Amino acid sequence: MSFARLGPPLAIGLLAGPVLAGLAGTLFPAFGWLPALGGDRVSLDPFRELLAQPGLFRSSLVSLLSGLAATLVALLGVALFMAAHAGSRFFGRVQHLLSPLLSVPHAAAAFGLAFLVAPSGWLVRLVSPELTGWTAPPDALVVHDPFGLAMTAGLVVKEIPFLLLVALAAMPQVRLAETRRLAASMGHGRVAGFLFFAWPPVYRQIRLAVLAVLAFSTSVVDVAVILGPVTPPPLAVRLVGWMNDPDLEMRFFASAGALLQLGITALACLIWLALERLGHVVLTRLRDRGRRFAQDRGLRAISGVLPGLSAGAVFLGLLLLALWSVAGLWQFPDALPRSFSLRSWERALPRLDGPLWTTLATGILAAALATVLAILCLRREDETRAPPGRLLWLVYLPLIVPQAAFLFGLQMLLIGVHAEPSLPALVFAHLVFVMPYVFLSLSDPWRAFDRRYETIAAGLGASRLKSFWRVRMPMMARAVLAAAAVGFAVSVGQYLPTLLIGAGRLTTITTEAVALASGGNRRVIGVYAFLQMMLPAAGFAIASLVPALLWRRRSA
Amino acid sequence: MTTTARPLTLEDVRIALAGTCLLTVSARVEPGEVLTVMGPSGSGKSTLLAYVSGFLDPAFSASGRVLSGDIDITALAPEERHAGILFQDPLLFPHMSVEQNLLFAIPASVRGRAARRNMARAALARTGLEDFGPRHPDTLSGGQKARVALARVLLSAPRMLLLDEPFSKLDASLRGQMRDLVFATARASGLPVILVIHDAADAEAAGGAVIRVGTDA
Repeated sequence: MSFARLGPPLAIGLLAGPVLAGLAGTLFPAFGWLPALGGDRVSLDPFRELLAQPGLFRSSLVSLLSGLAATLVALLGVALFMAAHAGSRFFGRVQHLLSPLLSVPHAAAAFGLAFLVAPSGWLVRLVSPELTGWTAPPDALVVHDPFGLAMTAGLVVKEIPFLLLVALAAMPQVRLAETRRLAASMGHGRVAGFLFFAWPPVYRQIRLAVLAVLAFSTSVVDVAVILGPVTPPPLAVRLVGWMNDPDLEMRFFASAGALLQLGITALACLIWLALERLGHVVLTRLRDRGRRFAQDRGLRAISGVLPGLSAGAVFLGLLLLALWSVAGLWQFPDALPRSFSLRSWERALPRLDGPLWTTLATGILAAALATVLAILCLRREDETRAPPGRLLWLVYLPLIVPQAAFLFGLQMLLIGVHAEPSLPALVFAHLVFVMPYVFLSLSDPWRAFDRRYETIAAGLGASRLKSFWRVRMPMMARAVLAAAAVGFAVSVGQYLPTLLIGAGRLTTITTEAVALASGGNRRVIGVYAFLQMMLPAAGFAIASLVPALLWRRRSA
Repeated sequence: MTTTARPLTLEDVRIALAGTCLLTVSARVEPGEVLTVMGPSGSGKSTLLAYVSGFLDPAFSASGRVLSGDIDITALAPEERHAGILFQDPLLFPHMSVEQNLLFAIPASVRGRAARRNMARAALARTGLEDFGPRHPDTLSGGQKARVALARVLLSAPRMLLLDEPFSKLDASLRGQMRDLVFATARASGLPVILVIHDAADAEAAGGAVIRVGTDA
């Protein structure tokens, strides 16, 4: 296995390479330099053009504020929920819901939310006309609201399970039961005790993940298209519009816009650092003043509201998507369709096979490559006994640099070398985003492996190769397959990389679904979004069934 | 179990961590004899076994040679050293049946499926676990697992036995039994043994030379 030596350099090349090349590819055109499109003079014209775009300030502000708000609300929700419940049996049960919630693509969750809360959505239908008297949908901008509240809600709903999962992974750093007992013995309430003594080390561990959420939320495209404001849309959405414009001249100020996006995400990170500081000061002040907050029954009662609403919204939304895909006649105030039909599916199926094939091929290849790469990196870590975490910055790099900022540049580089959109290009673009999640989900179980098994195997005369394939891999099979399933789910959910690198020639279920957003045909959206969430679910089902089957055969 | 009896020689073995010497050992262990290395936890006594088996953490630096007969095993890859090791946990491979655990250990030089299976079965029979071949390790008791682990390491035709506090997790009654079994087996197979412990009772039972490591040992 000495070719594990190749792991880290390969990972650096395949992750940092595209990010840095993409950023460079954005930087030069932003200053007017892109010979392939006739730009051979460095100038500030692209920025002048960018600033002349109407509503640019508002677009930027919406991106900045909704991203910050979504991250803050999701993090506070997670902190409060863990403070009140971590370590309890209820909490243990909730953990099982996280993986399915996490595997739902952002776009599908956003559609589900839209179907739920829109003026003609299911919640209004449920109480109409009995309570509201409405026989027609009210004329209110609940989805696509100009302040981006719906978009923020859509982001919160998806980021809560993610943050909860990474926070859980950090929990072994804290001796929870002892900490809780110690805090209680000093008279602290359950919530305050956790926040004072257990949360700070947990937060230190998940900080990069929180920044990744912030970067994603300030530059998100698919959720913004489905739920965000339209006049004007958030910056990232407008960028994509400029970038995909047939008028190639627009690429120059689109690149300038991508740099602006980078700046906005960076600004959000700076503001976040200030918020962190503030949170730290408040928490230490309260702690050092000896506040105990022993009466926190009320706080504990509401701690479940936000995560509960999030999970409820996702699951109910998915149910609605499925229902709409088979709905026949479903007029406004009815809470359920009058009839069911498979016509939406029959109509969609003939057009589905291309995108479905691309989705599967890209997802499987990217997940497989990412898994191999992650194993090589972890194997190398075993060999060198390097302290874990040295590669962590690299893993988070593609998640903290906003997608839009470097994917544009990457697309431009591909145009520059006259590369056609191809499946390999798409797979490698997905790999940049898939690999981090695969690595993060595999690294904990991998490092938890008892390496004395390998010592024993070697002592029994097994070569390193034999020991790896017959001892390590079978014992890790469950974790490896689960990580691959996470990778597949991430790939299925990718919108912007597919849109830009596929350049319309290669489409997936996700790009097709988001493209349907403006049409507003709920039945067709239902079909695509339902498929979008079924694919990751199928991946997880296979990942958990395969080891079970292998196991049964062995012990028979 | 065709081990040719060869003594184990530790020649000026010195293990250091960041310049601080943890232990120095020069010793010759005859076939069937036990060299006991005793010291408190954290004294670095287990690093000696890691060094002999080829798994010393690169953070440590080591010098000296380990010879089996006249073969310098420090020059060999871990899997070529045939340093049979037993830890305090039996560490049976959980994804294999008891019999598969044993088959894994039988050297590749034993050819033919039937011959290998017969060898594994004979080893089980010697251990008094005739019918346990198809069982899953999880279904065995602690004492049974320990015996399978011993049978497994013996099947691999080791040059020596390295015991890393192998009895410390067994309860009192099993402990004496298992200790006698291991030492008797080592004697019968002519294997030199290095035993690492922090408990004087095991050292007395082992007989042989005792090396103390660490200050408050």
